[in-house]
Amino acid sequence: MIKFLLLVNKHGQLRISKHYQYMEKEDKQRLEKELIGICLKRGDKKSSFLEYQDFVLIYRCYVDLFFIAGVTKDENEIAIYEFFHLILETLDKYFPKLSEVDIQFNLDKVHMILDEMIINGNIVETSPVRILAPIQLLDTAKR
Amino acid sequence: MLSSIMPTPKRLRDLIREIRSARTAADERAVVQKECAAIRESFRETDNTYRCRNVAKLLYIHMLGYPAHFGQLECLKLIASQRFTDKRIGYLGAMLLLDERQDIHLLVTNSLKNDLSHQTQYIQSLALCTMGSICSAEMSRDLAGEIEKLIKSSNAYVKKKAILCAFRVLRKVPDLMEMFIPSTRALLNEKNHGVLLTAVCLITEMCEKSPDTLMHFRKVVPQLVRILKNLIMAGYSPEHDVSGVSDPFLQVKILHLLRVLGKNDVEASETMNDILAQVATNTDTSKNVGHAILYEIVLTIMGIKSEAGLRVLAVNILGRFLLNNDKNIRYVALNTLLRVVSADNNAVQRHRTTIVDCLKDPDISIRRRAVELSFALVNSNNIRGMMKELLSYLENCDPEFKSDCCSNIVFAAEKYSPNKRWHIDTVMKVLTTAGNYVKSDLVSILIQMIAETTQLHAYTVQQLFLAMQRDISQQPLVQVASWCIGEYGEQLFNTTVEDAEAINVTEEEVVNVLEKVLISKMSAVETKEYAITALLKLSTRFKSMSEKIKRIISVYSRSTNVELQQRSVEYTSLFDKYDQMRSALLEQMPLMENRSKSVFAANGETSEGNDVLLSTTENVVRTNAENKQHITAPSVSQNILDLLDVSSSPVIPSKQEPPSKSGGVDLLDLLGGVASLATEPAIPNLVPVAPSVNLIDGLIGSAAHNNLLNGSAGFSSTFTAFSKNGLLVEFACERDGGQPTVTSISMKATNSTPTPISEFVFQAAVPKSFQVQLESPSGNFIPPLNGGGVTQLIKVSNPQKQSIRMRIRLTYKHNGNSVTEMGEVNSFPPELWQ
Repeated sequence: MIKFLLLVNKHGQLRISKHYQYMEKEDKQRLEKELIGICLKRGDKKSSFLEYQDFVLIYRCYVDLFFIAGVTKDENEIAIYEFFHLILETLDKYFPKLSEVDIQFNLDKVHMILDEMIINGNIVETSPVRILAPIQLLDTAKR
Repeated sequence: MLSSIMPTPKRLRDLIREIRSARTAADERAVVQKECAAIRESFRETDNTYRCRNVAKLLYIHMLGYPAHFGQLECLKLIASQRFTDKRIGYLGAMLLLDERQDIHLLVTNSLKNDLSHQTQYIQSLALCTMGSICSAEMSRDLAGEIEKLIKSSNAYVKKKAILCAFRVLRKVPDLMEMFIPSTRALLNEKNHGVLLTAVCLITEMCEKSPDTLMHFRKVVPQLVRILKNLIMAGYSPEHDVSGVSDPFLQVKILHLLRVLGKNDVEASETMNDILAQVATNTDTSKNVGHAILYEIVLTIMGIKSEAGLRVLAVNILGRFLLNNDKNIRYVALNTLLRVVSADNNAVQRHRTTIVDCLKDPDISIRRRAVELSFALVNSNNIRGMMKELLSYLENCDPEFKSDCCSNIVFAAEKYSPNKRWHIDTVMKVLTTAGNYVKSDLVSILIQMIAETTQLHAYTVQQLFLAMQRDISQQPLVQVASWCIGEYGEQLFNTTVEDAEAINVTEEEVVNVLEKVLISKMSAVETKEYAITALLKLSTRFKSMSEKIKRIISVYSRSTNVELQQRSVEYTSLFDKYDQMRSALLEQMPLMENRSKSVFAANGETSEGNDVLLSTTENVVRTNAENKQHITAPSVSQNILDLLDVSSSPVIPSKQEPPSKSGGVDLLDLLGGVASLATEPAIPNLVPVAPSVNLIDGLIGSAAHNNLLNGSAGFSSTFTAFSKNGLLVEFACERDGGQPTVTSISMKATNSTPTPISEFVFQAAVPKSFQVQLESPSGNFIPPLNGGGVTQLIKVSNPQKQSIRMRIRLTYKHNGNSVTEMGEVNSFPPELWQ
């Protein structure tokens, strides 16, 4: 199960933070700050998985965007690592030439996409077409 | 018009721009604060035109880390609105801003209930999604019925989300499981991938929670096998393909569930054998997602009662992973190999070379796992090759791993060494490469091992001397070397050593090196203790150096360190007053017995080990005494025997010992404390007699008794009151000189385990005829590995002069566990009250 998912830019600024287990606000912020620090520092020589407290930390870096997730120990690390790529592909499909700025200006949309993919820390849908359908429908309705 | 009172609120877009253009953190804060004030203001006006926009802005501000909880109620208002856009932002806000406050949850529950039965699937979906992330136990009970209904819905979009909500509901309230079982079982007939994926998740959760449900779902194994087969054969849903692999996420989840179902169940395991083999051989590994599936399948094969052939196949998959360029794959492989190595050692052995190569991996976590795995693979067939690799790892590894690595090498060498010479060489290499990272308990183990290898004493001592001569800053090396030179110094000049060049040293050079150790600022006190004892021993082995050694030793009679000073004073008096006995006292130490036990005692179960050690050392003392009887002049030997007898027989108070001969009297004066202190565990008190104590000091870690030289007037005695799991409580009892009915007991607790003991509380109770008074303890924290202790003074008044009995209760925290121990102490010596 995914405990939380963070999207961070290369300067370590948080862009999206989704927690699937309740945590006090202060603890949440402390944890996020610490994990971002760890992931940014690790560099590409080290593996993208590391054990941290009672969970496994998985992260993946794309140009200016970091995906960071904490998952329970029974989760398949490689699968989650590939799931990051699926998220990226899906976002890329929705925002042509995806960049960090798109996420900032369309916070609600990104949340919506992620909510179509993960519920309660479990993957719910993996087909980009199906994930994006409701959001695209909303866009046409607006126009 | 409202707008005439208040300006139109800023658009989200503009706010983001403004924040992005802020130059400093202070600028940003100012912008945010101004905006927050405006938003609060607007919330107060009950205007709802811009509520949605304001909440959206607040969510952005929240993401930046600013407080935004004042928006909670506004979110609830948005949720209650009829417009989809409002609801959408409202629910998003609820997910991000709501805390565990009950009253707010209650308000959401109502809206959720309405929206779950809304006719629009997107609104149902919003409610489901929100519920999935904020549902509390209360809410679970209230909404379980709605969720169960939605699981049975024909709309896959709503269905899959409802399934995961059920997952959450069961996490919060496991009692609701019964209600979901029938509808869940029907889910496996679905074709929709999202539904299958979530259903498998839910079933896995149910099976892990309840053994009954697990039994129930064992029946679906054939169905799961069929789904998996369809996936890999037909690939019937191109939209779920990930780089050519058919829905890898679904495959992974199904494999996980199969593992849960097949665990400890032969029948279920048999049903899945074929499909597992099929998936394992057919998965395309040119893409990373393929590895995710293979990884999961390995876990499943190793987790169930699978065929031997399949297990070998699984380990081979991991072997291939190890050769992969991707560090993540290597990490996962090592992690998994570590888990299976104990069960399938032979299969893992085949990949030894690859594993050993990972010792040089740039990633520290990969190296750490590789070294752990390597130690698990060492056996008597491969020890030479493996040790070579592990020693070179030891040389280059990070400091934090060195001590553990040393200990592991020494234990592996101990267990599997092909011959003694190789063993000694390996140990020597550990000492020279790891230097100060060698743990202190290893020193005593190594000394013991060397002492036992009698045929190699000359070789060992020569090599050790050379190593020490090169570098006197490596404490453990110097300690071992000093001890050996002290014991076997004469062998330094033995020129008949096999396959090694004889070394060319003079007695003076040897003494000089030891003196350098004593002088060096880099030497620890403990090392100096070893060195000073070694010098004393050499004084009889190198006759010509005797005077010089005496001079060196006497310098330390003014040392500020009590331990060194004491040794120096005692040793000097051996030169002056008891010169005739000196050579007899400084004989070579006899061999220790029961070694194998003691080696591992130092590494683990300690309390028992300590007993073994104590009895071992006692044997030594006895044999020592017997040896002396043969060697030395009768008059002297008699005295020594008197002295040593005391240690093994019950207490003989010093005043009762009739001083017979002049030499003996002096000796008894000097060691009066020993005689009076000595009961069973009093061996450490024999410091001046034999340097063996050095070794014992290191092993049982009892601090030297500094009151050795005080011939105390009253009676006193030390014994073990309690010893379990590495916690040792000793009582040093003394009859109070002034009040004969009062016994003072000084409790000392030490900890020989590798982890500290905290919150240590000692309590004592006595029968009614006594009175007990406990003074405050010196602390409540006991450092590990005998690195200190807690002391506490207990006063027992015994007006009726009965035999003292005491009940003790110990509470402490160790390794995160709270421990309470009780015990009864009845072994107080009768001299305390008679």
